[in-house]
Amino acid sequence: MVARVQVPANARRGDVIAVRIAIQHPMETGFRYDLRGKLLPKNVINSLVCRYNGTEIFRAEMGSGIAANPSLQFYTVAADSGELHFEWVDDRGVRGEERARLVVSG
Amino acid sequence: MISRRTFLQWMAGLCALDAGSARAQAVASNDLRPLIAELTSGAAVTVGRIRVETPRLADNGHSVPMKLVVDSPMTATDYVSSITLLSPRNPRPLMAKFMLGPRAGRAEILTRVRLNGTQAVLAIAHLSDGTFWSGSAEVEVTESACLDAV
Repeated sequence: MVARVQVPANARRGDVIAVRIAIQHPMETGFRYDLRGKLLPKNVINSLVCRYNGTEIFRAEMGSGIAANPSLQFYTVAADSGELHFEWVDDRGVRGEERARLVVSG
Repeated sequence: MISRRTFLQWMAGLCALDAGSARAQAVASNDLRPLIAELTSGAAVTVGRIRVETPRLADNGHSVPMKLVVDSPMTATDYVSSITLLSPRNPRPLMAKFMLGPRAGRAEILTRVRLNGTQAVLAIAHLSDGTFWSGSAEVEVTESACLDAV
């Protein structure tokens, strides 16, 4: 799964920074039919976790109510330089992950 | 003989009636009460402190931008622990649940949702002091996200 994480390149300690992630995924609702009339099984990214240097800072449990190619933006306080690690899994059990470096000064 | 004034009053009344029924139809929907009760374990939900920001008119229900903002200082002792997004009209009313913590710094989330028609989306925030707050926003959807839904 292709994903893109956006964080500011630099931040000062204590700053509230925006973290964005977009993942390429159909978020199949389970209500659609394919061209042969067969029901497409539900397959959505049901959970996503973001850890900042190993500590969980954000978690999302999603359903079919989230649009295809889910995009999320949330905030966190810049504490130390390090890594934001995203991990997610869909209904088929396919896992994905993405990392972003964060440089914190001050 | 009906006076012009009475006639106009009648017409205005009819229009109001019609708008009312159309509205009722648009809202005809899932009963969110059991879901909310499960979420809060029966605790009271107060209206306020959370804002749902979304375009008033979404011409397409496939992807509607949505911003959830909770009025909270987000300190180590007073923060938002979760925000749940509910839909009164989607086939699955529980759209998403976001878990935050004191490290978020700001209780704000942006995402994009699917909406099966015009509805008032409901968001419920659970604060660290155990209270629940709700906010909603009406979105008019001209093309549903579930056109080929059964």
